[in-house]
Amino acid sequence: MILDETDRALLRLLQQDADQSAAALAKNLDMSQPAIWRRIKRLKEEGVIKGVALNLNREKLGLGVTVFLGIKLATKGRVSLEDFERAVKAIPEVQQIEHVLGLYDYRLRVVARDISDFERVLRRRIMTLPGVGDLEANVLLSEEKRPGPI
Amino acid sequence: MLDDLDRRILRYLQAEPDMPLSDLAERAATTPSVASRRLSRMRSDGTIVSKTVLIDWAALGYEVEVSLRVTLDKTQPRAFDAFIDAARDVPEVIEIQTFLGRVDVRLSVVARDMADYQQVYRDRILTLPHIAEVEALMHVARIKTNAGVPI
Repeated sequence: MILDETDRALLRLLQQDADQSAAALAKNLDMSQPAIWRRIKRLKEEGVIKGVALNLNREKLGLGVTVFLGIKLATKGRVSLEDFERAVKAIPEVQQIEHVLGLYDYRLRVVARDISDFERVLRRRIMTLPGVGDLEANVLLSEEKRPGPI
Repeated sequence: MLDDLDRRILRYLQAEPDMPLSDLAERAATTPSVASRRLSRMRSDGTIVSKTVLIDWAALGYEVEVSLRVTLDKTQPRAFDAFIDAARDVPEVIEIQTFLGRVDVRLSVVARDMADYQQVYRDRILTLPHIAEVEALMHVARIKTNAGVPI
């Protein structure tokens, strides 16, 4: 889908706050409310807006530690990727799984209450997955989403 | 501190962030006015940071997504700040994360195709200040996304 300037401005506003009313968006972009609704509807239909995310403060929820794990499978060919994926998907502390090409096969985002809780998840849940070989952990210090090329 | 009702509200809202308030209240076994009060309290105390739309970059023609793991030259005292400030100016960078570990900073970069990626990489990424080493991981598939946090 090709975006015009108004679509871009609208997307940038919705990236900051998806809860804004159509009235507020209309005022901000100097457009009518029905025009805003039409544009949002079209962006959703075209799949450009794929959903809404709720961003929570993890510390306030008692989840102080986020770790990214790079995992290389040890016995490629012998352990099926499907078995690994099925097992890792079922771990509640694993928020995100990406299949990647490069130094690692998979990249996992793991949340835990603290470092000792993370150690528990790592030893009992991750290290026991079928086929896990080399593993690298990096503790997340900060993250920011950027608007991207729109 | 969050009580059981707060957690129930967050759990349902996290699973379906654009759920109408009346449905949310019903599932969390409370009334819309109580749910609304709880939500505004959790917004003002910072438990709920924001609600944002998720953009499908592929739908906009950005077919390639690469994770760049960057190690910085730590002999430069301002390496982190200078690098991150400059990375913010690259439109193709959709996420910036900093780490404790072997990797210092990770950038998520989108591009239209491999040729476009190569250009962005050469002209905009490798010219960022204080890079000691860069490794690239190419996204093949997302197996689990935004599963939410265990509340």
